[in-house]
Amino acid sequence: MSTYDRSMALTGQPPKSLSRNQKLATLLGMFGLVVLVLASFNFNFQNKTLWLSIAISAISIGVFWFSKEAYSEKFPGIKNDGVWFKSISSRGFWAWIAGIALTAFYIVLYFFPEYLGLVKDGGNKGVIALFDPLSRFLSGNPASQWFVYGTLYTVAILVFGIKFMWKYRHNRYERIRTISVMFFQTAFAFIIPELMARLNGDKILNGGSLPYYDLKNMWPLNYYNFEGYRIKGFLSSGDIGFALLIFGILSVFVISPILTYRYGKRWYCSWVCGCGGLAETAGDSFRHLSDKTVKAWKIERWVVHSVVVFVTLMTTAVIYSYLGTDTSKYWLTKSTFLIGMAVLLTSVFAWVMAFKRNELQKDAQYGAIGYFVIIMVLLGIHFFSGEGNVFLFKSETLRKSYSFLIGSIFSGVIGTGFYPIFGNRVWCRFGCPMAAILGFQQRLFSKFRITTNGGQCISCGNCSTYCEMGIDVRAYAQKGENIVRSSCVGCGICSAVCPRGVLKLENGPLKNRIEGNQILLGNDVDLMTLVNQK
Amino acid sequence: METIVIIGNGIAGVTAARHIRKLSNNRIIIVSAESDYFFSRTALMYVYMGHMQFKHIQPYEDWFWDQNNIELVNGYVTNVDTDQKQLLVDGARSLDYDKLIIATGSKPNKFGWKGQDLHGVQGLYSKQDLELLEVNAPNKDKCKRAVIVGGGLIGIELAEMLRSRDIPVTFLVRESSFWNGVLPEGESQMINEHILEHHIDLRLSTNLEEIIADENGRASAVKTDKGDTISCNLVGLTAGVTPNVKFLEGSKIELGKGVKVNHFLETNVKDVYAIGDCAEQHEPIGNRRPVEAVWYTGRMMGETIAQTICGNRMEYKPGHWFNSAKFLDIEYQTYGWVFGSKGRQSYESHFHWRHPKEKICVTVAFHKDTQQFLGINTFGIRMRHELFDQWLTNEKSIDFVMEHLVDANFDPELYLQYEKEILAKYNTDFSKSLKLKKKSNKRIFQLNI
Ligand SMILES: Cc1cc2nc3c(=O)[nH]c(=O)nc-3n(C[C@H](O)[C@H](O)[C@H](O)COP(=O)(O)OP(=O)(O)OC[C@H]3O[C@@H](n4cnc5c(N)ncnc54)[C@H](O)[C@@H]3O)c2cc1C
Ligand code: SF4
Ligand code: SF4
Repeated sequence: MSTYDRSMALTGQPPKSLSRNQKLATLLGMFGLVVLVLASFNFNFQNKTLWLSIAISAISIGVFWFSKEAYSEKFPGIKNDGVWFKSISSRGFWAWIAGIALTAFYIVLYFFPEYLGLVKDGGNKGVIALFDPLSRFLSGNPASQWFVYGTLYTVAILVFGIKFMWKYRHNRYERIRTISVMFFQTAFAFIIPELMARLNGDKILNGGSLPYYDLKNMWPLNYYNFEGYRIKGFLSSGDIGFALLIFGILSVFVISPILTYRYGKRWYCSWVCGCGGLAETAGDSFRHLSDKTVKAWKIERWVVHSVVVFVTLMTTAVIYSYLGTDTSKYWLTKSTFLIGMAVLLTSVFAWVMAFKRNELQKDAQYGAIGYFVIIMVLLGIHFFSGEGNVFLFKSETLRKSYSFLIGSIFSGVIGTGFYPIFGNRVWCRFGCPMAAILGFQQRLFSKFRITTNGGQCISCGNCSTYCEMGIDVRAYAQKGENIVRSSCVGCGICSAVCPRGVLKLENGPLKNRIEGNQILLGNDVDLMTLVNQK
Repeated sequence: METIVIIGNGIAGVTAARHIRKLSNNRIIIVSAESDYFFSRTALMYVYMGHMQFKHIQPYEDWFWDQNNIELVNGYVTNVDTDQKQLLVDGARSLDYDKLIIATGSKPNKFGWKGQDLHGVQGLYSKQDLELLEVNAPNKDKCKRAVIVGGGLIGIELAEMLRSRDIPVTFLVRESSFWNGVLPEGESQMINEHILEHHIDLRLSTNLEEIIADENGRASAVKTDKGDTISCNLVGLTAGVTPNVKFLEGSKIELGKGVKVNHFLETNVKDVYAIGDCAEQHEPIGNRRPVEAVWYTGRMMGETIAQTICGNRMEYKPGHWFNSAKFLDIEYQTYGWVFGSKGRQSYESHFHWRHPKEKICVTVAFHKDTQQFLGINTFGIRMRHELFDQWLTNEKSIDFVMEHLVDANFDPELYLQYEKEILAKYNTDFSKSLKLKKKSNKRIFQLNI
């Protein structure tokens, strides 16, 4: 229906085009990227420290400059003008180019690191070698493809985080949240683990060496945390190692449930998590591309909960595989462990069915029952068949396929590579088992909700459009209902873009949280009683 | 089972249909000439600004109507025969009804200006207007300047839209200050400033004299009553709206400005009802105007009429007045009544606070003698509807409201709050020494009280 020109120009035709300075800024950023690409084609940069600094500075300054041009002259407020006119943010030509480039990068990173310059049993080449000096400076070791990735990831969160804060400078919730995300990425995901690597072999670790550990990254997001080699690493590293292992377990079973109860899953998904961090910063320009249909919601629920089941089975199998059978050696044996798992899952299931059944939709109930039965049957099969493979497959097969399908393809290639096509939270919404578990708790047992402000909604649709999780926020708001959805990551953008001040993320009493008050205020009170009769 | 025909698929008609469906298995037919599916008129601006695509402003997915068995007819009703209980769609197809709901909304005012029907002159109301705007003002090269006539809510939205594409805008406002028929002085003043800082050429106390055509019959300039001639490629007419009821002339349904209805939303003809923008009350309700052209009232009338249609005759009794809008970057909310200079009773006193730097302000209206809280306007601060609704019902005093202001704050978490400053000013203005109550979840979420 619109008559403006849709062309391939990166700058977009009028009505929205880039200013001259923004074009220059884009060029500068691209230059930084080109340096990295040249390095991966083994262009020999003599002074690695210098060229790495040049590349990263060019990228960072490019993004800052671009953002300054975009936002500094404007008044604080919502900055979504022309989002659907720009090729890059409306699935146009440049969106596809960016999507393909990112996807290719992930495929190389996960499956062909040698193209980045990784050399088995030898000095690094290519772009990995470019990062050697930085890696040596931090951990004392040469870089790996993961170090390169980690560095670029952190740079992306930092520079796009600043862009984001500029864009939402009128919104203190968004600013503080972004500072938090930037901090956790830089300190916890990037610097601390590198520094921890320096301790390896040291006296304080009793000469042991710790596995690489991003402390904020908890199971099941780091599905590998309880694998045999890591447990060995932890246990061989003295008190510190043991403390870290305990922390890993506590964070899953104690810390995270408490925080989620008090604040909703946002405390993790949009304040701490690295995947969420990238989505909120670098991915912010793509948040409106998420699919809001009811169909997508159905698919989401099935896919993400299947991943939870998968990761639970896989982890159980893996832990099972390295446990012994002799109680005299170690109290935790194969059988005790499996019984423990069965008891844990049964109690969660029983609790939900007993107290929270009414808050689940019909298909969610069937799904829960179905999955519960499957897990129990699989556990049972093992028990009554004696030794053998748990869950019909070798634990190694399960682990490998999980790490390939979910860990690499889903979270990396699709989750991030397809930002410009499917939106920025595809992984968080459809794939992340951590998000599913936190979401389950958020829906059933948390103080968090998005309150709808009486009858003020004008059904404009900004909230739904800009919800990166594809939640149809408007569907609730226009009925005067609160939004209590397991997938909501509490990014606060729906509330920010609402032109009528209808939405507020807040923590309050559990009572009446979900039913809220389905009254559209301003109405005749008697009428409302009638409308609410079901 | 009866056949209910609804003319108009706006918020009023669609709400009526949804609620009738909830309450009954009547056959429901919605006729509209504007679009196949219901969309949110209030969000038209965001489509032009590129925040959303048109499909995003449709609140229900396309399968919704089928699934709920609501029949949609795309056509224009040209004739209503209340004796035969029959409509004529597009002059040809006839539709029989048992009950008829008229929900045809409004159309932009045109006051007989010279040149008002030229090419390049348009209002902003319908989907077609939006499409026309894409033709008339696609970008700043094709539209070198736009002149907007009429300083109301739609006018300022149109200005914001055009500015989003960097099109220079001149804004002719009849009043001496923006929207001061509704807003008190201080607030209206603040919005004037905000309009100017957005580089909109605001001309107060200025009327349109005539629109001048070029040789092709397109608008090329406007003349104001101040004697200025402003050349432009687009003239936006946003001087209010009137009910869209012309097609009913010649029918037996009584018309005034709109379709005349009683408090039960019934017209003079049996089984014919009118709701939304096009309904005109014989007797205004409270402080409300006889024709209420706002989203919320359309919705409430839709809910009310559904009850009546389904056998529970119900009076339209809206609760406390509320409304909201956004002036460029400034959000505005109001609860209860705060009058500008027009229509203010002698007993209505105001307390006003404005932030020293930011564009944030609050005006509270109260009864001079009884100290009863009457209403609040807030700019740049969001407020909690539920609490104000309750305070108005319970006829709280202004002192009570000022003390509990923290509870009512609805800004996002971590925002700076200004209740302290507001109360301090209140204390000084009225020589009081009230203390701010601490925020209480118990009061906010109304537990055990
Ligand atoms: C740009 C804009 C912004 C607005 N913003 C706000 C806001 O922020 N807050 C607020 O409260 N209000 C706002 N309003 C007002 C609000 O949109 C209206 O009050 C509301 O849409 C009226 O709803 P309705 O159902 O009565 O009529 P409408 O939405 O006008 O629907 C009537 C429908 O009937 C159709 N129709 C008319 N005659 C016939 C016929 N003879 N045959 C077939 N079909 C017919 C029309 O084409 C139209 O589709 C805004 C209005 C506009 C134009
Ligand atoms: S519902 Fe709102 S806060 Fe939750 S994820 Fe969507 S946009 Fe973010
Ligand atoms: S953005 Fe606000 S007004 Fe618009 S649909 Fe969502 S809640 Fe309603």
